[in-house]
Amino acid sequence: MTATTTAQVQGPAIHVHGLEKSYKKLEVLRGVHFDVARGSIFALLGSNGAGKTTVVNILCTLLKADAGTASVNGFDVATQAGDVREAISLTGQFAAVDEILSGRENLTLVARLRHLKDPGTIADDLLARFSLTDAAARRVSTYSGGMRRRLDIAMSLIGNPPVIFLDEPTAGLDPQGRIEVWQAVKELAGHGTTVLLTTQYLNEAEQLADRIAILHGGRIMVNGTLAELKRLLPPAKVEYVEKQPTLEDVFLAIVAEDGKNGDVVNDRSVGTDN
Amino acid sequence: MTKRFFGDSAVLLGRSLRHITRSPDTIITTALMPIAFMLLFVYVFGGAINSGSHSYVSYLLPGILLITIASGISYVGFRLFLDMQSGIFQRFHSMPIARSSVLWAHVLTSLVANLIALVIVVLVALLMGFRSGAGVLAWLAVAGILILFTLALTWIAVIAGLSAKSADGAGAFAYPILFLPFISSAFVPTHTMPGPVRAFAEHQPVTSIVNTIRDLFTQQPVSTDIWIALAWCVGILIVAYSFAMVIYRRRIAE
Repeated sequence: MTATTTAQVQGPAIHVHGLEKSYKKLEVLRGVHFDVARGSIFALLGSNGAGKTTVVNILCTLLKADAGTASVNGFDVATQAGDVREAISLTGQFAAVDEILSGRENLTLVARLRHLKDPGTIADDLLARFSLTDAAARRVSTYSGGMRRRLDIAMSLIGNPPVIFLDEPTAGLDPQGRIEVWQAVKELAGHGTTVLLTTQYLNEAEQLADRIAILHGGRIMVNGTLAELKRLLPPAKVEYVEKQPTLEDVFLAIVAEDGKNGDVVNDRSVGTDN
Repeated sequence: MTKRFFGDSAVLLGRSLRHITRSPDTIITTALMPIAFMLLFVYVFGGAINSGSHSYVSYLLPGILLITIASGISYVGFRLFLDMQSGIFQRFHSMPIARSSVLWAHVLTSLVANLIALVIVVLVALLMGFRSGAGVLAWLAVAGILILFTLALTWIAVIAGLSAKSADGAGAFAYPILFLPFISSAFVPTHTMPGPVRAFAEHQPVTSIVNTIRDLFTQQPVSTDIWIALAWCVGILIVAYSFAMVIYRRRIAE
């Protein structure tokens, strides 16, 4: 996997320059610039309607930009759409899984469409990796939200595309489901895959991303590491606050049945900003 | 690219055929209404209808087959709509596959599902006394016309599925089509109808198709009706296909 990733053209995995897009009179993107380094996790942060999905759809060749250029893995999204599609995979805002098929059938379907040999083995490997082996033969309509999302992400990994887009991967998930997805994303980046994720949850960007860009008013307002973004504000004051467990801490402590999620629960600082 | 188109279409066809085998009710409900019509018209109204043929079920069957197709195609619109809603369309379109295979898989699935429903309806008709001395060639001709008609209507259903705003809307377009056989030669000879109705009945696609299939079943020499029938089917197919492709392109890349 890492071999194919590094063997690609040098330069940033994603390069976006002066991207503009309007829907009729509504200007959604008004000159968006950013680069995403290979093998990093890049979070595009923004409120609802900020244009995050529009950026992702343009980069995934689902939408044409009005102006500006964008390239993914060295290929131009407008003129080399076919090459871009070979290099990417998209996990959209709504889990793009086939409800009527089983989890395993969903995976073999994608493997066949990517013209890979031995779809069955690929599916079984991913099922094991995402702890879905027990549910492999069940119809996806019986899956929980977290399982569905994990399957969705597993489907995106088939064929080891060097660049993966995750559009609001945890929207609508319960806290446990969110942690499951976070683990999956961290593991991805550990394998050398470039990840661009959009989110409106600030703590999600904090947890996952190497770099964070805030999209607002059709432009990237800031772009940097978490530490750099924090330096934009006045230095931290020291205050003494009694740290009460949040409801989320309580909920997670009660529902975490096995040790698998336990470590994540403990080192999370989620909720302190509430 | 063409190799990819056929390969991808086959994979996606396998997917939607699996949907059908998991919800066989879609085929059963498709066949159920035409069978109910057949029972109703043969055993309730049939005694009072003078069709000029000695077996009313044989007279009726061609029209019933078209009703079967008209009721079956609404599921294509429905499935297509669900695919677009669920985001799986976006996944397919962001993958290195032949994009049009996504639509063709649905169209071919409709064809397979409708053919199964048609076979069920013909079997019921046989139980009700339908007999035909038609040879292999005549049966193949009937199958060919029905396939063409199914493809033509399916592409209309694709338009509905691509442009519908709700799942109900994606299926509702079929009702007017379902109504066409009633104002045709499907149930009664057109010469019994008053002028304007008769004029409409004799110049709409269903009548020529029904007459052609009826001639083939009863081993009559087919009249010019067969050319009119083919022209209607091919014409609708081309127009609906072109419209569907325009809407499709607009939907996938703005």
